[in-house]
Amino acid sequence: MSQTPNTIPEALLPTSVFEEEKLVTGGLNFHDVTERVASVTEVKTPTAWYIAFAFALMGLGIFGVTILWLIWAGTGIWGLQQPVGWGWAIVNFVWWVGIGHAGTLISAILFLFRQKWRTSINRFAEAMTIFAVACALTFPGIHVGRIWMAYYMFPLPNQMGMWPNFRSPLLWDVFAVGTYGTVSILFWYVGLIPDIATLRDRTTTKAKALVYGILSLGWRGSMRHWVNYEKAYLILAGISTPLVLSVHTIVSFDFAVSVIPGWHTTIFPPYFVAGAIFSGFAMVVTLMVVARQVFGLKDLVTINHLERMNKIILLTGTLVGYAYGMEFFIAWYSGNEYEAFAFVNRAFGPYAWAYWIMISCNVISPQFFWFRKMRRSIPVMFALSIFVNIGMWFERFVITMSTHRDFLPSSWGYYMPSIWDILTYVGSFGLFFTLFLLFLRFLPAIAIAEVKGVMPEADPHFGHGHHGDVRHAEHAEAH
Amino acid sequence: MAKTKVFVAEFDTPAQIVEAAGAVSNAGYRDFDAHTPFPVHGLDRAMKIPGSKLGWIVLGHGIVGLSGALLLQWWTSAVDYPMVIGGKPYFSYQAFVPICFALTILLSAFGTVFGMLFLNRLPQWYHPALAHPDFRRATDDKFFLTIESTDPKFDANKTRALLEQIGGKRIALVE
Repeated sequence: MSQTPNTIPEALLPTSVFEEEKLVTGGLNFHDVTERVASVTEVKTPTAWYIAFAFALMGLGIFGVTILWLIWAGTGIWGLQQPVGWGWAIVNFVWWVGIGHAGTLISAILFLFRQKWRTSINRFAEAMTIFAVACALTFPGIHVGRIWMAYYMFPLPNQMGMWPNFRSPLLWDVFAVGTYGTVSILFWYVGLIPDIATLRDRTTTKAKALVYGILSLGWRGSMRHWVNYEKAYLILAGISTPLVLSVHTIVSFDFAVSVIPGWHTTIFPPYFVAGAIFSGFAMVVTLMVVARQVFGLKDLVTINHLERMNKIILLTGTLVGYAYGMEFFIAWYSGNEYEAFAFVNRAFGPYAWAYWIMISCNVISPQFFWFRKMRRSIPVMFALSIFVNIGMWFERFVITMSTHRDFLPSSWGYYMPSIWDILTYVGSFGLFFTLFLLFLRFLPAIAIAEVKGVMPEADPHFGHGHHGDVRHAEHAEAH
Repeated sequence: MAKTKVFVAEFDTPAQIVEAAGAVSNAGYRDFDAHTPFPVHGLDRAMKIPGSKLGWIVLGHGIVGLSGALLLQWWTSAVDYPMVIGGKPYFSYQAFVPICFALTILLSAFGTVFGMLFLNRLPQWYHPALAHPDFRRATDDKFFLTIESTDPKFDANKTRALLEQIGGKRIALVE
């Protein structure tokens, strides 16, 4: 790229060009960034953390007890019956996996699109991905009933001489979600290495020096290492992008490849992916709004970051709304009686209440984000993000409950969750928040090295008499 | 073998380290390195570091993943335990696409991460440069240049003079 000074008057440039310069506010320098992020893990543990952690551990305890009871007594403790053979376990599984998708979207897809604003939130969102996937994987793991048979899902040579059925979408799911979880952890860890090294170099206690020292693998910021490191990061982003799109596609195959009315539709893969990103961003907003407040990270996660996430929520929410409409249209247009019945029954049958909760939360509530004031208001975005999460849970519930009125009216039923269904779901939050709070306490919640890299001072041409040259950032990136 | 000694010099800004690394490179040094809190763009070119070979490692892993997935599914479904399910052929390649894809990605990801660590010779929990009292700030806000005694042009006096000339601070020979 040429180094000619920029001659376009600033007034003519779109504001987005200036916003690039304000990714970090409050006039922080490199050391301040280190200090802000690293000190969160170094100061005395706040009382609020202990209180939150106690609640999280309680939830985790509930999760453990319900799972033990499930293994002891079998899936009969849940509200499953005919014709609804898939209950909350699959609802919760799809919901948690979907939430995870925002993390990969932020870390991989926005990286490939060179959206620099992602650097402040990607670590946080990736952590959320991993913990959400951990919660998600628990459900298919435990729902098999005889959990000691779970190894049937893997192609292991066994005494029966049998192999898993590779033509089944349920097995595709095992591979897709397993790969997704593994790749997410690797991606997250690669991003963490330089930042753990930062913590190692600041630590004052022997124990921390040892643990951070081992985890950082002896990283010393060598430029010869950075070259391979950046390449690795780029490749991971490149392979995670199709992966994240494929994972929810394959999750949707669990439904779409069956021949159940209301499930057997080709719109499922894109519609599930949009819904996943939608719910994931909502969860990032919910958690981020609280965390930036509690840990004083407002200069690094600015209102502009949150506004951009809200724009994505608006986009994906509208896509999901379109999919709901299109499903209805196709149900009518297909001329298939069963298909049409399934959809009319969704909206006006016994589960109409769930359907309309879904519509209100997923289609109507994000529309408030058309207004700039709403997009930038913390209370509004917090409330709406919770609505979206509720709505997306109900979306999966509505889809799963499609089977409650199947082909044979004499077998129609109404699924009611048992107390164990509810406690298992509540307990999964315990697992999620336990992991999340540990992450916030012991690991850098913001990608320190990456944030420094997008600061204007990081450009070797910074301060060479081109002050006000808004093309600096762009120039640095071109290298 | 004598212990490797390392000259460490400190710089304050990305611009200084790029300039200094360029000067050391132009002076003909080979075993030198820059240590920075984040990748400084343009520094790799100033140091004349060749492009990363990681892509080839990943490609190899991806090919193994794809062919492994195909072999696994073909052998288990069509050879070792053939069974008609849903009227599909034993080797129904369409149904094998998702797992081929997933395993290609999985193996590529392992190749990427472990390939990167391999190329960087990590983990390496000790390096002579770490003995420099200020080196901890290489992960915070300072930029360091190191020249190792294994370099054919290494000379305690001349190398120090060069580092001083290009503006290095807190120059020290550590091991």
